[in-house]
Amino acid sequence: MKISFARAALPVAITSVFGFVGLAGAQEITGAGASFPAPIYAKWASDYNKATGVKVNYQSIGSGGGIKQIDSKTVDFGASDAPLTDEVLAKKGQLQFPTVIGGVVPVVNIKGIAPGQLKLTGKLLGDIYLGSVARWNDPAIKALNPTLALPDSAIAQVRRADGSGTSFLFTNYLSKVNPEWKSKVGEGTAVNWPVGAGGKGNEGVAAFVSRLPNSIGYVEYSYVKQNKMTYAIMQNSAGAFVAPDDLTFKAAAAGADWSKSFYQILTNQPGNDSWPITGATFILMHTKQDKPANATETLKFFSWAYKNGDTTAAALDYVPMPKSVVAAIEKAWGDIKDTAGKPVAFK
Amino acid sequence: MSTTLVHGDPPSRSTSNTANRAMKSQPNPVKRPRTGPMADRIFGWVAKGAAVTALVLLIAILTSLTISAWPAISKYGLSFLLSTTWDPVKDEYGGLVMIYGTIATSFIALIIAVPVSFGIALFLTELSPSWLKRPLGTAIELLAAVPSIVYGMWGLLVFGPVLATYVQQPLQAAFDGVPYLGAFVSGPPVGIGLLSAGIILAIMIIPFIAAVMRDVFEVTPPLLKESAYGLGATTWEVVYKVVLPYTKTGVIGGIMLGLGRAIGETMAVTFVIGNFNQLDSLSLFQAANSITSALANEFAEASEGLHQASLMYLGLVLFFITFVILSCSKILLSQLKKGEGKKT
Amino acid sequence: MNATFKQARVAKFAHRNRVNSLATVLALSAMAFGLFWLFWILIETVRLGIGGLSIATLTEMTPPPNEEGGLLNAIYGSFLMVGLATCVGTPIGVMAGIYLAEFDTESWFASLTRFVNDILLSAPSIVIGLFVYAIVVSRFKSFSGYAGILALSLIVIPVVIRTTENMLQLVPAGLREAAYALGAPKWKVILSITLKAARAGVITGVLLAVARIAGETAPLLFTSLSNQFWTSSLGEPMASLPVTIFKFAMSPYENWQKLAWAGVFLITAAVLVLNILARILTREKI
Repeated sequence: MKISFARAALPVAITSVFGFVGLAGAQEITGAGASFPAPIYAKWASDYNKATGVKVNYQSIGSGGGIKQIDSKTVDFGASDAPLTDEVLAKKGQLQFPTVIGGVVPVVNIKGIAPGQLKLTGKLLGDIYLGSVARWNDPAIKALNPTLALPDSAIAQVRRADGSGTSFLFTNYLSKVNPEWKSKVGEGTAVNWPVGAGGKGNEGVAAFVSRLPNSIGYVEYSYVKQNKMTYAIMQNSAGAFVAPDDLTFKAAAAGADWSKSFYQILTNQPGNDSWPITGATFILMHTKQDKPANATETLKFFSWAYKNGDTTAAALDYVPMPKSVVAAIEKAWGDIKDTAGKPVAFK
Repeated sequence: MSTTLVHGDPPSRSTSNTANRAMKSQPNPVKRPRTGPMADRIFGWVAKGAAVTALVLLIAILTSLTISAWPAISKYGLSFLLSTTWDPVKDEYGGLVMIYGTIATSFIALIIAVPVSFGIALFLTELSPSWLKRPLGTAIELLAAVPSIVYGMWGLLVFGPVLATYVQQPLQAAFDGVPYLGAFVSGPPVGIGLLSAGIILAIMIIPFIAAVMRDVFEVTPPLLKESAYGLGATTWEVVYKVVLPYTKTGVIGGIMLGLGRAIGETMAVTFVIGNFNQLDSLSLFQAANSITSALANEFAEASEGLHQASLMYLGLVLFFITFVILSCSKILLSQLKKGEGKKT
Repeated sequence: MNATFKQARVAKFAHRNRVNSLATVLALSAMAFGLFWLFWILIETVRLGIGGLSIATLTEMTPPPNEEGGLLNAIYGSFLMVGLATCVGTPIGVMAGIYLAEFDTESWFASLTRFVNDILLSAPSIVIGLFVYAIVVSRFKSFSGYAGILALSLIVIPVVIRTTENMLQLVPAGLREAAYALGAPKWKVILSITLKAARAGVITGVLLAVARIAGETAPLLFTSLSNQFWTSSLGEPMASLPVTIFKFAMSPYENWQKLAWAGVFLITAAVLVLNILARILTREKI
């Protein structure tokens, strides 16, 4: 009897020792939110840790999750693809600032059609996702693509099952260019999709599209590049057909006036080279900080990233913010104050 | 000799002097043994406390859920269970799609898993040679070792396409035009949907049910089985008429364990069920949604308010479904037990 | 007369034999069915997992995209959280199972507890995670390993209660009564005799629980979150294999996907080794 009790107590003792060994561990910064920028935040955090030893732990739980967690102050900063309006920010006592820009791209799986061949407009895309354009050889699609051999088959629409900033950008764009979409479905991180199978995450959508013949879906640009998917080219507000890449994303972002407010939605931007479904991703922080030391570390991290992270962002297919905007952002950080009213230092 | 018994004195019939002297020279006759009723009582309290923990836990979880779900409960009441709208933009919610999905996938999973687990347990206890029992038993338990997320990924990337090509498309071709059965197999044959999720759930719960059934079959007293064999019963008759009735509580327990797993499974179902918040057809191939899948997909994004409250309401409904299923099984068990003699 | 009786007997026996053969064939095919899925999934897991497994996987931290790295922080976090959750949940579960099987089998309280336990068994793990989030993470305003351990132990407890009680009930009454007749106190009878007799089944129950929580993702998502870096402190967000696998498998980066499959392989291998070890340790020593 005694022997087996000791045998039972041994694993408990061992695991407890492991658990308590690190009780006096170093403090680290925690952030959570959008999955769209998660890869670049992870890369920046890893490089920053190598350079300074500070740990910035970012986890992607979704834009809505990021907003919720920063509201309940369980994290030091939140991240969201969908920006909050200035009124909402003021009410919550938070501020937001953009970090990188990226694009959402429609992808298809039609036999015989190569990447960049299929031409679509926003209105047509909306009709496809409403179900009113149901076959690939529909006259509306044929009119845009007279030279392509479009099959006489039903379109299999694929969209996101989980709520996400990618869906927000996509539905926001469709609401802007397709009035029927705006009234029937609207925009949001999660909407009541009239048709379409739901894939979990970008990976789920990509998997469905690559397996379902005659399917169409939408994914973040990094997915398109990494998985070499068949993307469609879109008509922007200037009437030109553009392909998605960092130049067209930059062009879309150039039109935004960041000096008035950081609340900018970059879909359907003017400009001949603009990609129509572009968006920035934002960081949320409280203006009144209970833990000013954590706020200092957070701001130092982002300041470092704006200065040194441009090449790594471009390598992962994100567009870094222009330098003029970075200056405005760092000026806005003066509003982050500790409980005594002093602005939190970050230099 | 006076025989007035003093408390603590052992009752004595002997009157011989030596015996009395021997007994009187004992310091304190009936010493309380160290392991007495007190240790038993403490042990009993600790055990009871542990049992109460389960009760307290459930009450805490239900309370927490109800508080979070209150906005949805007060707004919709029971009509939530019958509505199929799920519109986060217009802020209107109804849970019928998810409820149907949960029940349908669990039902399919049970139909497949229970007979298969029974067959596996039967094989492992009665039919297999003894050197094969351990490795095969471990092999089946290995299915339980695979993390649920792997089932999801494997289901989406490997199993789904195979199901589509070799099962769904032939079935659709075979039943094309048949009035009622045709409706069950209509819908896009792309390897996702209720059938996919049901089959994957079945594979997931087989090890649980089979492991419990096997353990329970093995503990049947050999005497019972040998008596039956001695009377000339075949293997099947021994298992069906002797072992199964003896172990029915354990068997039903194992099935409940598996069913619990199936109803509450999140990750595997989310990948393959298609997450379609509409209920248009009876088809098993149609994408659908289940309660756990909806919770996993939408909770992180749901804004505080009606959306989150509706999701919590769905969680409450799940507990209620479990409650109903378990009550039915208890009634079933008590009906079966009525046929037995009284337990000694 | 005799001939017809004999004929009837022979026919009946042939029928019974046929039923028996059918049952045998079905049992064999059920076994083959189960093994088929097992081998298919395992082959895929091994094929994709071994490719991503290397010394680096076991010694380096989770990397950012497109960089080489490993899974050490995730492995350690999983090991710690699963181990401590089992240590916390098993005693409570075994004691409750003992209570239901030995002390109080018939009363309304016992029936209620069994019923409640069965409901908890079916509780979706994500609800448990949200519950722990509400009472621990929101309260203390931080994601932590403690919350993760609590969530996992809440999943272990109902499983262990159920299997312990079932196994203890199957111990023949004669064994217990013999011990009582020898004068052993109740607690000693339970711990030394009944529990020992049901040892194999109880261990199965604990192993089933461990296998389940080793692969659980949903309860950890909102409690221990995850961590890109190494941490051994339970008060901070902790990485775990299932959450890391979930994150990496859903990404488009090849190095992350390879690591995800390697992680899957590791979890499966660990639970298998645990199973075999437990079987060896609880073997009937003659």
